[in-house]
Amino acid sequence: MNVEAVLAGAVAGGTSILYPTLGEVISERAGVINLGTEGSMLAGALTAYAVGIQTGNPWAGVVAGMVAGSLLSLVHAFMVLTRGANQIAVGLVVTFLGLGLTALFGQDFVGRGVVALREFPIPGLSSLPFVGRVLFSHDVLTYLSLVAAVVLWFMVFRTRTGMKLRAAGERPDVLHTFGMSPTVVRYAAVLCGGALAGLGGAQLSTAFTLNWSEGMTVGRGFVAVGLVIFAAWNPLKAIFGAYLFSGAIALQLQLQAEGSDISRYLLQALPYLAVIVVLAILSRRRANAAPEALSRVFEHST
Amino acid sequence: MTRRRRWTAALVALSLVFAASCGSDDSSDEAGGGGGTGDGDSDLTIGFLYVGPKDDFGYNQAAYEGSLAVEAAFPEATILQAENVPETAEAEAAMQDMIDRGADIIFATSFGHLEFAANMAEQNPDVVFLHQGGLVGDDVLDNLGTYFGTVYEPVYTAGVAAGMATETDKLGYVYAFPIPQTLANINAFQLGAASVNPDVETIAISTGSWCDPGTQATATQSLLDQGVDVITQHQDCTKTIIEATEAAGAMSVGYHFDASELAPEGWLTGSEWDWDDLFVQIVQTIVDGDFVGSEFNGDFRVGLQTGDNPFVQSPFGPLVDADTQALIEEIEAGFIDGGSPFAGPVLDQDGEIVWADGEQPTYDEVETMDFFVIGVIGRTD
Repeated sequence: MNVEAVLAGAVAGGTSILYPTLGEVISERAGVINLGTEGSMLAGALTAYAVGIQTGNPWAGVVAGMVAGSLLSLVHAFMVLTRGANQIAVGLVVTFLGLGLTALFGQDFVGRGVVALREFPIPGLSSLPFVGRVLFSHDVLTYLSLVAAVVLWFMVFRTRTGMKLRAAGERPDVLHTFGMSPTVVRYAAVLCGGALAGLGGAQLSTAFTLNWSEGMTVGRGFVAVGLVIFAAWNPLKAIFGAYLFSGAIALQLQLQAEGSDISRYLLQALPYLAVIVVLAILSRRRANAAPEALSRVFEHST
Repeated sequence: MTRRRRWTAALVALSLVFAASCGSDDSSDEAGGGGGTGDGDSDLTIGFLYVGPKDDFGYNQAAYEGSLAVEAAFPEATILQAENVPETAEAEAAMQDMIDRGADIIFATSFGHLEFAANMAEQNPDVVFLHQGGLVGDDVLDNLGTYFGTVYEPVYTAGVAAGMATETDKLGYVYAFPIPQTLANINAFQLGAASVNPDVETIAISTGSWCDPGTQATATQSLLDQGVDVITQHQDCTKTIIEATEAAGAMSVGYHFDASELAPEGWLTGSEWDWDDLFVQIVQTIVDGDFVGSEFNGDFRVGLQTGDNPFVQSPFGPLVDADTQALIEEIEAGFIDGGSPFAGPVLDQDGEIVWADGEQPTYDEVETMDFFVIGVIGRTD
């Protein structure tokens, strides 16, 4: 068993799951569940791919991907926060909207040459044994995802902005008392979540797979929503959630490559089994960590 | 409250319409009456169903291009297209829609469309149904048939090119599911490679999806980590694997379309569909009224042995030298003369003889294949 290869695969494949998980943590911290994450990822994946090709600049693509993911989540925010619609139903519809729109506008980009964000091994660190390959031989967005997790953790738990965010999710009436609008905070959180999901999609298409194809996220956005519970709404723990999932994928593929005797079907269920088992073990503790307002109707969202 | 609800309903409806219209994109395409060049049947309507988008640079696009050849050959016919038709009862609805619009002939081009096409054939005796890749057996309805090429022939010769080119004697195969067609391809690839390089082995990895680029990227890396230096695949979207292989300095064998542009250094060859002649031939037979009892009214299989294989070799890359190309031509000539990639002796992974020396499987036996040959690393279950 090549542990180094599995862990390197976990980090490489985990980035496109970590970003949307972080985004969903922010959104849910403000009290809004966004099942449109999958749609925002697809919007980000296609937009980054397309804008990268049009401008010749992959970073312009990444920024455009974030904007696209954010715009799609604006639909969710508007329907849920301003129109008071059911957030589960709207989230699913937003995902299907993202699937449909990207399939339609993505047709011209299937198989097109990509303006790629190539790997950028960090000089010096990347030649270290073991950790060099596992951590320091990836694309820039992968390094940034770890930085983003730390920064968001600090923001959520150590700043006034984070306090407002958490208040919007725990006790929106308190925000009201202080003359602040929970709705504004929630809009900001959902848009931020959509941008991060778009960023995850952008990494998937322009850095990890160098490909655009219809529905290419194959459920990664939904996995991210599930991993938020695993991460107990904590950006730092989201890193472990994302890497657990992608690590299980890398492990099962590595086992296949080594000619393992374990059934192929069982191996392919491994990533999902891993998450379910861990959730089953942690579920009670996790349930207590959920933002209060997630389970409530938005009475105060005026 | 009611206003709010109406807004929600409107958006939900709008989104669903969007999703639906993109999800299964029906577009009819009235061919302009050229006058005189066609067969004269101005009422002829032909429908084509695809499981994916018609421009996927792969399986579906190849079938779509076949439909364009039919359109060109029968300019007065109306061609109906339905993309992204899932392998569920929705396929029946899509076919019913085509029948409602006057379809006389329907091509259902995905493996999983078979049972739905068979159901519809039973209910609509006046419409002829053709299914791509399935098997209906001997007791077939008068208005049903399946067709396919022998995909494994050019895959075998691509294996020859890979077996000559590899330096590590390890080849990699990324595939979706262990269906017989895929197993036959993987086996043919290994047998072709082993015919020129007895030490070679093929590591087969399943992604569990016809198109999941993220998993493909990780799978490719896993193969490279095992020292594999030639990677091929049976996937619907092919770009990720070829890009990753090329970036790692390894060699690529394509599938479904000529991706040599993506791998200028490492492209060896590949295999791809060319349906044009067969589709036109089938439609002509139906138009002439000769379908019932014809070779197309059943399980029609064509390979080099029996005609022109619609599955052809992609152009060779710079690493395939003239000697190898000559050898491949010689092997193809052998197939035309009655040979087969699976001519015995063929051993399974346990070393048991499946087809003995001098034996050769029928097309049916190949299409129900459920094992890996010796030299393939991987499990079929």
